[in-house]
Amino acid sequence: MIGLTAVFIGAALALNIYVGGARFNAESFVPNIVVLGITRELGPVLAGLMLAGRVSAGIAAEIGTMRVTEQIDAMTTLSTDPFKFLIAPRVLAAVLTLPVLVAVADIIGVMGGYLVAVNSLDFNGATYLRNTFNFLETQDVVLGLTKAAVFGFIIAVMGAYQGYNSSGGALGVGRATTNAVVGAIVLILAVNYLITAFFVE
Amino acid sequence: MTAKLQLIGLKKKLRGRQVLDGVDLDVAPGKSIVIIGGSGQGKSVTLKCTLGLMKPDSGQVLVDGAEITKMPVEIRARVMRKFGMLFQGAALFDSLSVWENIAFRLIYADNVPRKDARERAIETMRKVRLSPDFADVRPIELSGGMQKRAGLARAIIAKPDILFFDEPTTGLDPITADAINDLIVEMVKELDCAAVSITHDMPSARKISDEIAMLHDGKIVWRGPTSTLDSSGNAMVDQFVAGRADGPIQAVV
Ligand SMILES: Nc1ncnc2c1ncn2[C@@H]1O[C@H](COP(=O)(O)OP(=O)(O)O)[C@@H](O)[C@H]1O
Ligand SMILES: [Mg+2]
Repeated sequence: MIGLTAVFIGAALALNIYVGGARFNAESFVPNIVVLGITRELGPVLAGLMLAGRVSAGIAAEIGTMRVTEQIDAMTTLSTDPFKFLIAPRVLAAVLTLPVLVAVADIIGVMGGYLVAVNSLDFNGATYLRNTFNFLETQDVVLGLTKAAVFGFIIAVMGAYQGYNSSGGALGVGRATTNAVVGAIVLILAVNYLITAFFVE
Repeated sequence: MTAKLQLIGLKKKLRGRQVLDGVDLDVAPGKSIVIIGGSGQGKSVTLKCTLGLMKPDSGQVLVDGAEITKMPVEIRARVMRKFGMLFQGAALFDSLSVWENIAFRLIYADNVPRKDARERAIETMRKVRLSPDFADVRPIELSGGMQKRAGLARAIIAKPDILFFDEPTTGLDPITADAINDLIVEMVKELDCAAVSITHDMPSARKISDEIAMLHDGKIVWRGPTSTLDSSGNAMVDQFVAGRADGPIQAVV
């Protein structure tokens, strides 16, 4: 699903940049701007937002259900720390997985831009790819993947926090799920800005 | 002789309401006490404060004479080893199989090898008369009574000193409920442990207890040997035992 999103976003991005660039004869910068936009910004943010919907909600629902059915209390009485057993592994998994997903999404996104540029905008395929990779700096990739890891952290912690503190039966679990998604989305967007600002400094 | 478990002046306010207003209770080793009381009177909260799942606002919980409410979590986890708890809805972990549930403490807290843990789980399943055929199924496939048996097996596998039961018979048909009562009595005797149960099921309370205490308005209002329940001389106990709507206790509707 993230791949599908990435391919369309990459394609749309290429078209827009082409149209915008044409206004001051800068059409040739399409590959450069597409790859920059995707690795630094769109890849991590889009993946983050989509996974906030799925993963954060999933974690909140799972841990929330365990809370209201007293499974978390039961775990404590069995001398096992629910934080170590339930929360830490999920946070770790999200922090490790999201950068991988984003790296894949970045590649697919660039492919989307490439397809449109070569098929509809008369770019030369080899030149397009050469421009893409010559332009991209390690710093861009590091920024994008750092964002991805941080977003993974936010997604898992938000889901776990809301689930862990839910109360009041099925209704409470529903509320926790919604709060997790909304909270994760807002935090991702805010933190995205902060990280970008920090790296630009 | 020091009490196995002693609650002193437990107070807890929840959502602006003084749910526990100075609960005092002590349980002697090997004795089974049942706390009765109406719905919402704070029976579960008393148990949660005792088990450290909720922090009382004030008051003490002594286990073998040691105060546990202010212990750091890691040390309290060690005291928890003396506890076994059967939750109201059994609270089995639905992502694990029945035997992994029963052996949970052995596998994840005591680092017992899985093979040995499984053997002990199956042995414990036999004790609570749950067929080992169910060892590998998920808890949701079990009936309510079987879930309670599995929950009981999970609570007793590490041979606790004190067993806690939150409404062990609620939601079961009378015959299954009575089988669970028999099992509780049998396990408490076999482990020679103390037991604290909460219930509003009077036949169950009589069957599984040596002593009964009644919780009302955040305090223990009466306590005595089970045999004296019908001659308690306490109007609230009489009303509760008889199940009458008229009396000193107002039904909360
Ligand atoms: N986690 C909680 N947060 C807020 N209020 C609670 C919580 N648990 C219980 N209560 C309130 O405390 C009161 C006593 O509840 P409880 O101990 O479950 O009663 P019961 O005697 O039926 O077991 C109820 O009014 C309940 O709403
Ligand atoms: Mg209760």
